[in-house]
Amino acid sequence: MTRLDPQPGERIDRDRELSFEFDGKPVRALEGDTIASALYAGGRRIFSRSFKYHRPRGLLCCAGQCPNCLVSVDGDPGVRACTEPAREGMRVRHLNAVPSLDRDAMRAVDTLGGPFTPPGFYYKTFKRPRRLWPLYERVLRRAAGLGRAPEPRDERGWRTDYRRRHADVLVVGGGRAGLAAATRAAQLGADVVLADEGPEPGGRLLERGSAERARELAAGARDAGVELISPGTAIGLFDGLAAIWEHDTLHQVRAARHLIATGTIEQPLVFPGNDLPGVMLSRGARRLLALYALSPGRRAVVATTSDEGLEAANALREAGVEIAAVADLRQGTTVVEAGGRRRVRAAVLARVDDAGNPVAGTRQTVGCDLLVVSGGAAPAGSLLLQAGGRTEYDPASAAFAVVDVPDGLHAAGEVAGVPDGDAIELSGALAGADAAHAAGCGDARSRELAEEPRRELDRLASTPPPVAEPPAAAGSGRGKCFACLCEDVTAKDVHTSIEEGYDSIELSKRYLTVTMGPCQGRMCQLPAARLIARETGQQLESVGTTTARPPWSSVPLGALAGRPIEPAKRSVLHAHHRELGGNVMWAGDWRRPYDYGDPDAEVRAVQEAAGLIDVSTLGKLIVSGPDAGEFLDRLYPNRHGNLKPGRIRYGVLVSDAGRIIDDGTICRLDDDSFYVTTTSTGAEAIEAWFAWWLADWTDLRVTLTDVTQALCAVNLAGPRAREIMGRLTSLDCSNEEFSYLDGKRARVAGVPCLLLRIGFVGELGYEIHYPVAHGQHLWDSIMDAGRERGITAFGLEPQRVLRLHKMHILVGQDTDSESDPVASAMPWIIKLDKEQDFIGRWALEEFAEHDPALRLVGFELRNGAVPHEGAAVVASGDGAVGRVTSSRYSRVAGHAIGLAWVPRDQAEDGAAIEISDRGTRMTATVTTKPFYDPDGERLRS
Amino acid sequence: MSFVLTCPNCGAREVTDFEFGGEVVPRPRERPAERDLAVYNYFRRNVAGVQREWWYHRAGCRTWFQADRDTRTNVVQGTWLPRDDA
Repeated sequence: MTRLDPQPGERIDRDRELSFEFDGKPVRALEGDTIASALYAGGRRIFSRSFKYHRPRGLLCCAGQCPNCLVSVDGDPGVRACTEPAREGMRVRHLNAVPSLDRDAMRAVDTLGGPFTPPGFYYKTFKRPRRLWPLYERVLRRAAGLGRAPEPRDERGWRTDYRRRHADVLVVGGGRAGLAAATRAAQLGADVVLADEGPEPGGRLLERGSAERARELAAGARDAGVELISPGTAIGLFDGLAAIWEHDTLHQVRAARHLIATGTIEQPLVFPGNDLPGVMLSRGARRLLALYALSPGRRAVVATTSDEGLEAANALREAGVEIAAVADLRQGTTVVEAGGRRRVRAAVLARVDDAGNPVAGTRQTVGCDLLVVSGGAAPAGSLLLQAGGRTEYDPASAAFAVVDVPDGLHAAGEVAGVPDGDAIELSGALAGADAAHAAGCGDARSRELAEEPRRELDRLASTPPPVAEPPAAAGSGRGKCFACLCEDVTAKDVHTSIEEGYDSIELSKRYLTVTMGPCQGRMCQLPAARLIARETGQQLESVGTTTARPPWSSVPLGALAGRPIEPAKRSVLHAHHRELGGNVMWAGDWRRPYDYGDPDAEVRAVQEAAGLIDVSTLGKLIVSGPDAGEFLDRLYPNRHGNLKPGRIRYGVLVSDAGRIIDDGTICRLDDDSFYVTTTSTGAEAIEAWFAWWLADWTDLRVTLTDVTQALCAVNLAGPRAREIMGRLTSLDCSNEEFSYLDGKRARVAGVPCLLLRIGFVGELGYEIHYPVAHGQHLWDSIMDAGRERGITAFGLEPQRVLRLHKMHILVGQDTDSESDPVASAMPWIIKLDKEQDFIGRWALEEFAEHDPALRLVGFELRNGAVPHEGAAVVASGDGAVGRVTSSRYSRVAGHAIGLAWVPRDQAEDGAAIEISDRGTRMTATVTTKPFYDPDGERLRS
Repeated sequence: MSFVLTCPNCGAREVTDFEFGGEVVPRPRERPAERDLAVYNYFRRNVAGVQREWWYHRAGCRTWFQADRDTRTNVVQGTWLPRDDA
């Protein structure tokens, strides 16, 4: 490896080597290296192939701001080699070249394709014949692009988390200004978070060999209590929330004040060959030098528009790089061409006029292997702009400045237009104090003290160093001048697009995709604006910039998706069901046993002996208080206030629009309290529904207690259920003492229970509600007591078959958001003669006056087929007029039974309906009476 | 979309803690005419400006409260329990 002598503050640890793989070959690196610095040390100069022309590209910014070093790491594309730390054993691959970076066959596009690949060429050239577009598209997509999406992975292996952080002050940017601001704000008592995207905080101190100073400042901030997120990249600021991506966590920081100290981005120059490997921004060259002790080249030419390039020239010379020539545009000279095929071999310097044309006779070719460019510094203002700031062109700094910083935001340092130098830390400390004070920290004295440095800052900021305005494109017009490296947009492309009518920066963005690539305009916003200004004869001020939008930096999509979570609700008996062989399925949010292996046998057991099902998923509410009865009377269309203690009624909940929203049972426990069950999927919504009306009806003295998760519930059903109960409880379970729709409290197997005699599955049954702590004990006790009586555990599917026999509807299965109780064959549930108003009354009164167009009825199908749920009910020969909502084979009936919505004139016993099921027609017979035990004798026995 | 709501019971929380209950539409005291019933059930003003609305602290105390929120900026001007408002 070719490293320079130790540099002050370098990040590498020369005693600790590691190795990784690049395109299958081992690469040696030092601890602290990035992928790019290790490759550069090993002699690599081509890091990528460009998007469209497959031109070789090398390191440019070395700070994660340009697209030139995008690679894939362990299968993930879009990783910036210049900022990604080298890790032992990582597998790095190049992205956009076949077969290799050094010999890319697609390079032909560059040499041959120029005239044939204008902006939008793929739509212009490849549109005929139209039928071949899919083929063209496949080829084009492979040729272009920035890598391939990674192979799908086990979603649980992908770990990203959201973190919400509320703070007084968030500082974005950990350079001198940001660190000073965070420290000052924290000293004033503010809770401060600072996010910095660099390898460590310090900003431009790092590239200047002042890493020790950076570490002092960072330590000072930590000591003051600042939380540092480093490295953490801010990707957006909107809705008062900053999103910061750190390794595998997306921090969502909401601060009372956001302080932006994101600095500036050094701008490239536009000239023929400006993308050749070896053309490097001055800051990039200095980062290689200072952080990784690498010499960026042997013989350098420097072209600059400000002092920044001159400082870089000095730093390079000190490190032993030969400075062959310096072209300072302020003196009238700049670079007008870079020569070389796969890397820079020479720079052509010349005096230029305002349009960038070389003045005859001043051209001078200088051999070099490094061309350092510095085209001024553009404020990295995207976050300020996303939050509502505006840009204004500032000729003094030759860049767009951010103006109108929105309320709640502060800007400090170079992004705020403060010139590099002593003023930077001062502006940071001032903004930090302002932010802390605005967040309510500090006191009158600290406010007064904060005013003093403001004048000093104004003085320091009043004399910005001179910057020359670079030409939109320098040179004689031959060769490609790249305005946008991400999407390979040349100066000529901008010219063409304006001729075609795309003459504003926003249109240009959409047509040329300039500013839309991975750099998000960092490298191309200003060059593109200059080219548009030149081509249209406008001032830069009126060209403006494109709208700033998140994400400011690229992040994996998974970062935004967060950790994949499938919240599942499980009954306390869940593990037990699995032991019993339950086939577990999703039922809404719940995981429930579909069956225990043989649904037919389970149906038969319930009808002939006994079955036990876990119905703990039911919503369970205790409604209590002196007005509990009144409350339920206002919510349900039938009466509950007159229910006697120990009795149960079925209830359907409707909205004020008269539509069914849920159903369940209501048991009056005593004068002041009711036990209400809801459907499993409706539990949360109905609790919210009850609570909502309770919030609105402030006249009612009612308390609502959700006991859904506190109580288990099982349903013991079947002709032998009473016998089984007799073995477990001293309660008299005779039909006389414990009748259908009675609710009683008793101990069963020693467990205090609420027993509801109801029969969703159509047999004698006891729904037993009891504390979850006894979940498995009671289940096992019932199963033990029933073993000799043929008891079977049964799942959801047999329950569905059983309830269908009874024509008990399932809300959400047989009804939808348009179904009302009148049409759903439950007109008996509506008591319009009830004294008081109730939710849905007015709509139900309307419905009662009209015969509904569709009614829910049962049907029988004797041709041996079982139609799918969702099959259409059709009129003779025509389209769908209704639909099948439930359908099963009935062992008892010997044919298919089901429920369907049918036109009212067919909603009569014996009517024939046509069902069209996936192309097959069948005729079914309507029935309005339950298919099984129509008079409910078994239920009441 | 992201903002903070102050639950009258629990304090300031992210909006994702809450369920939106829509604009406050008082239930008619008497049976409305059919057209007015439809308006009450299905029509909302959907103002671009300050709107009085219901919120439910689902991931917290499970209380319904009311808020005045500017639908253009999501600035919440105040929150209160309905009985405070009576």
